[in-house]
Amino acid sequence: MDYVVEMRNIRKSFPGIIACDNIDFQVKKGEIHALLGENGAGKSTLMNILFGLYQPDAGSIYLRGKKVNIVNPNVANELGIGMVHQHFKLVHNFTVTENIILGLEPTRALMIDTRSASAQIKELSQKYGLNVDPDAKISDVSVGMQQRVEILKMLYRDAEILIFDEPTAVLTPQEVRELMKIMRNLIDEGKTIILITHKLREIMAIADRSTVIRWGKVVGTVNVADTTEEKLAEMMVGRKVLFELNKKEAHPKEEILRIEKLSVAGSGGAKGLKNFSLGVRCGEIVGLAGVDGNGQAELVGAIIGLRKILSGKIILHDRDVSTLSIRERISTGMAHIPEDRHKHGLILDYSVQENLVLKNYYLEPFSHKGLLNWDYIYDHAERVIKDFDVRAGEGAEASARSLSGGNQQKAIVGREFDGNPDLLIAVQPTRGLDVGAIEYIHKRLLEQRDQGKAVLLVSLELDEILDLSDRIAVIFNGELVGLVNAAETDENEIGLMMAGGKRGATA
Amino acid sequence: MVDLIYQLFPYAIAFTVPLLITSLGGLYSERSGVINIGLEGLMLMGMFVGALIISRTESIYPGTAIWIGLLAAMLFGAVFALLHAFACVTLNANQVISGIAINMIAAAVTVYLARLISGSGNIQIIRGLSRQTIPILSDIPILGRLLFTQTYATTWFVLLILVVATFLLYKTRFGLRLRACGEHPHAADSAGVNVYRMRYMAVIISGACAGLGGATFIVTISGEFNGTAAGLGFLALAALIFGQWKPWGILGAAFFFGFASTVANVSQVVPMLAQIPGIYLKTFPYVVTLAALVLSSKYSLAPKAIGEPYDKGKR
Repeated sequence: MDYVVEMRNIRKSFPGIIACDNIDFQVKKGEIHALLGENGAGKSTLMNILFGLYQPDAGSIYLRGKKVNIVNPNVANELGIGMVHQHFKLVHNFTVTENIILGLEPTRALMIDTRSASAQIKELSQKYGLNVDPDAKISDVSVGMQQRVEILKMLYRDAEILIFDEPTAVLTPQEVRELMKIMRNLIDEGKTIILITHKLREIMAIADRSTVIRWGKVVGTVNVADTTEEKLAEMMVGRKVLFELNKKEAHPKEEILRIEKLSVAGSGGAKGLKNFSLGVRCGEIVGLAGVDGNGQAELVGAIIGLRKILSGKIILHDRDVSTLSIRERISTGMAHIPEDRHKHGLILDYSVQENLVLKNYYLEPFSHKGLLNWDYIYDHAERVIKDFDVRAGEGAEASARSLSGGNQQKAIVGREFDGNPDLLIAVQPTRGLDVGAIEYIHKRLLEQRDQGKAVLLVSLELDEILDLSDRIAVIFNGELVGLVNAAETDENEIGLMMAGGKRGATA
Repeated sequence: MVDLIYQLFPYAIAFTVPLLITSLGGLYSERSGVINIGLEGLMLMGMFVGALIISRTESIYPGTAIWIGLLAAMLFGAVFALLHAFACVTLNANQVISGIAINMIAAAVTVYLARLISGSGNIQIIRGLSRQTIPILSDIPILGRLLFTQTYATTWFVLLILVVATFLLYKTRFGLRLRACGEHPHAADSAGVNVYRMRYMAVIISGACAGLGGATFIVTISGEFNGTAAGLGFLALAALIFGQWKPWGILGAAFFFGFASTVANVSQVVPMLAQIPGIYLKTFPYVVTLAALVLSSKYSLAPKAIGEPYDKGKR
């Protein structure tokens, strides 16, 4: 059997962790090969080695049977390897064309030949069904389009082996379907794709084979056609994964949060929130479903105090909190798992222990007479790390940046659950996480509910809403379309409401 | 009134040019992602080297001494800027602090050397650059008198650099890569652009431009090196920000400062302006700058990665 890519005995260690432990990895020409593993399992490290961003401590790489030494990404490019990184590497105020040709600019009489470049990009874009406008500015185009620009960047460099690092993490369900179509087009044109992911459903939908990695070691390589989601999950996590949540019946009690006729101005092209009313009771999870950008960010921002409201009331514990400061709201018993963990969740260059006391560092016993009590903060962090299974190389003193996405999220969840809040607002709490971590966070959310606390769950993943919620509110265009009991509805009905259709209207 | 403007214009332009070229130097550096607060020091270095070389050579090569001096100033500015590049790019130092260090070193070294050389610390040149009226163009009504009479050759040279800079920055490979380094160095790096090399080149060019700016000030306006650049470098920095990091914006901002400073300088001898207390005229450009910076800060077009040392490994 000849492989287009063969990595043999790859070993790479970082301080405190062995990211790749003698990994063997082979990819056949013309296949979509999924590299599956939990966050921090070593799959990104392995691909960064293939792309020349890291050098392996030991092991060798063969391309089309020939041994190669990939010392930097330029060498990878020359060998026909391209990579779409999870965080796009695009210059926001350049055009699509400028971003694509950067580093390989065609010139005529000293000047960059933008016209011919843009024509070439248009042609490539049509060939693969990418639908990209070469003259648009990056800052003006959607995330999905930006990803397609990254794909074009690889194609422009004649890459044959395309590495996608968690490509669907930032996409809407529609864009995911679009991306899968594009991937099939690429395969039809003779390219080979390596897909780094932890989403089983995507693997089942598109991959030919899958190599599973756990704790830096290869668990096995399987043909996707011969396996099931359950089996893959078990290989990935190392134990059986419960896809069915053990969800008991809810016993809702008194209302703790009452939103009355709330209006909030929109920002950046979003529509804002209009006359929105909703109640959340103790002992229940209310899910807020909706397509991204329909007012969710405005609602959450208003409740936690990050956005000013235009009119209306936010009543928490029988008290209007809409004019209180964020700190006052927190002390009334509100906690928030933010959508963007890098922007609003963590200070990346702070250590884990510092991040864990961001909300209450000023309280006894975290500080005493205005001085921080580091011993207590350290012990507190160690306890949260243990309770919430946060895996950090250097424990409480590791910088938040050094943690994998899943562990960063666990740290945030740990911090927010720690104060035992009466109301938890969880926005996309499992975004970008692997099955094990998702299962864990879902379990904690249900526990919270069973203890008689209230949870407002905002998510773009319909499955998550349906699985966890007791009641589901649907938001469209900044307005509440409907409020239904989760037991009495299904994906179709919610989907229709998300597009603005009222309940009961004919489909 | 009109006559006054005709009289002021050549002075205003002469004052604008050193600012403009220094500011353009800052443009290169900052567009590549390196803050250059050291412009003041680089200019001072240019003043010192320019004055020294010209004063030593003008008796031997009367015609070309000025040009040799300007060239030497550019060269020394570039070499001196290497220090800043080494600190900011190779050592990942804080760019603001490195810039301040450049200013302090320049002030100390030039004054020390000037004292050693001349005793008084001042270095005078005997003949500055002469003004020329351009034959045909100066006959154009209004514009001819404003722009083409009593001009310095350096003015045209600097304007040529402005045009070249615009072309380089927006039309060529070099410019695209340079701007990419200032906006998103990781993107540039992953596209095969050597961020460190681009930033070195940009900072060196900025040193050459600032050195030329300093020497131009000597040969057109002051006629002597006296140990200070009098805040011109900082004014150039303000013009860079006021001009929103764009070549033609910088031209506008530099001319505004040049004109306003000229008005303030001559106010005592012009009856119409003498009525206004000098302090208002002198502070006018700075007050306007402050106001403009406050108002425009919300829409600032500063390069995104400015001030950040490039770290390959950072996620």
